[in-house]
Amino acid sequence: MPAQNFKHALFCAVITLIIAYPILGLNLEAQGINVTLTGADTFTIVSVFLAAVVVFLFQLFRDNIMGSLQGALSGLSSGSQKEPMAENKRAKIESWVLTGIVVLALFWPFFVSRGAVDLATLVLIYVMLALGLNVVVGLAGLLDLGYVAFYAVGAYTFALLSQYTGISFWVSLPLGALLAALFGLVLGFPVLRLRGDYLAIVTLGFGEIIRILLNNWTSLTGGPNGIGGIPDPTLFGMEFGRRVKEEGNTSFHETFGIAYSGEHKVIFLYLIALVLAVFTALVIRRFMRMPVGRAWEALREDEIAARSLGLSRTAVKLSAFTIGAFFAGFAGTVFASKQGFISPESFVFLESAIILAIVVLGGMGSQIGVVLAAIAVTILPELAREFSEYRMLVFGAAMVLMMVWRPQGLMPMRRIHIELNKQD
Amino acid sequence: MLDVKNLSMRFGGLLAVDQVSLDVKEREIVSVIGPNGAGKTTVFNCISGFYKPTGGTISFQGEEVQGKPDYQISRLGMVRTFQHVRLFNQMTVVENLLVAQHRHLNTNLIAGLLKTPGYRDREQKALDRAAYWLDRVGLLELANREAGNLAYGQQRRLEIARCMVTEPNLLMLDEPAAGLNPAETKDLNQLIVSLKEDYCVSVLLIEHDMSLVMDISDRINVINQGRPLASGTPDEIRQNDDVIKAYLGEA
Amino acid sequence: MQDLLYFFQQLINGLTIGSTYALIAIGYTMVYGIIGMINFAHGEIYMIGAYTALIAITGLATLGIAWLPLVLLVALVCAMIVSSSMGWAVERVAYRPVRGRHRLIPLISAIGMSIFLQNYVHLAQGSRNIGFPSLIQGGFTFGSEGSFQMSLSYMQITIFITTLICMTALSLFISRSRIGRACRAVSQDLGMANLLGIDTNRIISATFVIGAALAAVAGLLLGMYYGSIDPLFGFIAGLKAFTAAVLGGIGSIPGAMLGGLILGVAESMTSGYLSGEYKDVVSFGLLILILLFKPTGLLGKPEVEKI
Repeated sequence: MPAQNFKHALFCAVITLIIAYPILGLNLEAQGINVTLTGADTFTIVSVFLAAVVVFLFQLFRDNIMGSLQGALSGLSSGSQKEPMAENKRAKIESWVLTGIVVLALFWPFFVSRGAVDLATLVLIYVMLALGLNVVVGLAGLLDLGYVAFYAVGAYTFALLSQYTGISFWVSLPLGALLAALFGLVLGFPVLRLRGDYLAIVTLGFGEIIRILLNNWTSLTGGPNGIGGIPDPTLFGMEFGRRVKEEGNTSFHETFGIAYSGEHKVIFLYLIALVLAVFTALVIRRFMRMPVGRAWEALREDEIAARSLGLSRTAVKLSAFTIGAFFAGFAGTVFASKQGFISPESFVFLESAIILAIVVLGGMGSQIGVVLAAIAVTILPELAREFSEYRMLVFGAAMVLMMVWRPQGLMPMRRIHIELNKQD
Repeated sequence: MLDVKNLSMRFGGLLAVDQVSLDVKEREIVSVIGPNGAGKTTVFNCISGFYKPTGGTISFQGEEVQGKPDYQISRLGMVRTFQHVRLFNQMTVVENLLVAQHRHLNTNLIAGLLKTPGYRDREQKALDRAAYWLDRVGLLELANREAGNLAYGQQRRLEIARCMVTEPNLLMLDEPAAGLNPAETKDLNQLIVSLKEDYCVSVLLIEHDMSLVMDISDRINVINQGRPLASGTPDEIRQNDDVIKAYLGEA
Repeated sequence: MQDLLYFFQQLINGLTIGSTYALIAIGYTMVYGIIGMINFAHGEIYMIGAYTALIAITGLATLGIAWLPLVLLVALVCAMIVSSSMGWAVERVAYRPVRGRHRLIPLISAIGMSIFLQNYVHLAQGSRNIGFPSLIQGGFTFGSEGSFQMSLSYMQITIFITTLICMTALSLFISRSRIGRACRAVSQDLGMANLLGIDTNRIISATFVIGAALAAVAGLLLGMYYGSIDPLFGFIAGLKAFTAAVLGGIGSIPGAMLGGLILGVAESMTSGYLSGEYKDVVSFGLLILILLFKPTGLLGKPEVEKI
């Protein structure tokens, strides 16, 4: 073992101790106005030292470990690279499987608990958001850290319109989406000229500005208290409440002569979310195969080459930004309706970060990957409630690890196969 | 067709291009040569609109284009390749060619979502054009490979094909032979000549490979330290004392 | 007279905050100047510096040590060591492996790191804000009693002086020392510096370490000034400092100083004359305007797109 390796390993271990021990091992506690310092329990202290030992050993035998790891990985990937099926056959199987899943998803809520359906609705909202952000980040390569602002626009559009004008969910759905798209257009127009990293920070700032405005424009938005009493969607004028609130409407359970159940509403909302999520996925899937989708990717891959071929940078980026915002507005309207109450709390940067984590983990550009990641990211913390406070820690770490090890995501995007006929 | 007069480009205190003039006529291959750092690529960047020239005029087919945005210039029918190949690496070969035909396609979102006949028609035509050019440069078999996975020589050819599907009037090639082996250079030579002969495209060429330049150029412009040194036919350039002293002599 | 005093009060407050922004901004600007990426986790490193300082101060108090200069010195050194180590480790773990990849990748990695560190401190130290003892008290007051009195606290003076010392030391370091020269070379042309035998990896690490150390100084100062800290307070301060760096011209160290001061004054004027709620809106608005109309900032050099 060369001495240099040993020195480096020792150095890394010491650094590990320095960055871990004070923060983890010494806890500040506020008691009234006094702050006291207590040592952490033995378990934490031992863990910190163990971590340092692990780092030391890893750095010491780094070359060997990396070598064998690389070997194992390459073995794994070479095993998975099977002879590709005939492209047509594969596409057919895939579309059948997907249709099957959607049909299952249609009937599934009638057999499970209300809580599960409610959670599934939330999952679908995240699916919509992630698919929309996937256009912006995954396809067009524009890092939008203020995506949640458009979600907020959608949600607040519905909340405010229903409060002030009594407009229904169905009218508000396109309005919210269009207004969010308009916000995207207006914001995007000046800022999309900026370099990628500047764009990230400007969108972040924009997201914060929207949140601060919502928080402080008390006369309109109710400030931190938010807006309540947002109506549920109706089905052809039938309401899902026990009693009809709006004149001219009938209630669902009376029309069909069944007993009132709170579950009807939950299931109905779930179905709406499902239909909208499928719609979102299909529309974006079409976009990806259209000139606009190819232009997004071209700009992501090489902006200068794209411009040299006659693509207008502003127009292409703007279309991605606007379309992404549109679907966020969609999701926002559904969210407002599901919650019945919204406040700026729901639209903090953390939400943008979660949606971004979904896109990154699933695989930038990959729709199936993003959908699966949305499901995993929303459901896993619910399943393991005791770990839920570790959720963001894990997301952060996962984002870093993904970028280092597998930037294409868990389910990388697959290129579309195009048959060409020989020309004479 | 292309007429560049007294082009100057200044970066801060550095005058990278000083009073360069050149012109390209219909179906002509014109080369720009000069030592490294002479400002050749800067001239290209000015013509193609990536840089806003600080002086002089550039007119293309009778229209003054200096200072116009890059994407508009390329839409006029003047497209370029790059010194370091710039492909859309994660996209397939055929997708690269489809992107290039963006302005020939129906980009209306609604039409695309509904797959209207007009949309499909144009999409099919673009595919056919792509197939034709892929066949022409010998890449048809690789149409669904990712562009970034192609061999270097294939990438160079793809870049030229990507320009040609836009049906340009003027093709600007920035060191297309760089990094190619002798056999590939010979193919390139034939390809460029055929572009001129068979497809009526004018070519403006930056190149270091003297045999290629001397072989195919109708006229040559020599630039040295940003300033024009000489221009004329290959034979004239070969015998020009200044050029020999400043450029060929050193080589 | 009163109005004037009020104005000067806002100016002093603004310059105080502004100089700490400048200290944090150095980290952004140096890293950006060298590897062209935004180190999103820098705000968290500053926050960790503040926590470490508080831990050190509390620890010393528990031990019964109360001699102010010693307490401050120990807190400062501890904060700088922990923050620098963190800065070094962050670069090593999250940025070096992705250097040179598609520009989106290091950026996402940085955001992941920022989220990770925020929650790391959150889990270890709780999410509530914790009181930070204001060790330096007292100050001068101006103006007659009964009307508006302008105050200039010793704490504010400490902040000015410390910032001035740090900035001077940094400038000397960059212009005189070997590492400083290498830093400048690397920021001019990383590839070329590498060819000339400069260990660019070490220089990049050094940049992160220096930036983190200065952020730790800011952490201690701002902790004392505000009187409390929480795991989230690095995020907004980081954004502000980044704004300052861009405002002054990213990559330029005097620019960071200038940008920080301007931003600080703009914020305190907004709080003083409009409403404290909107000061964040003003600074983000300022950021957006600068990026739109003068993306190179006040003292930055124009960037030529490489084709």
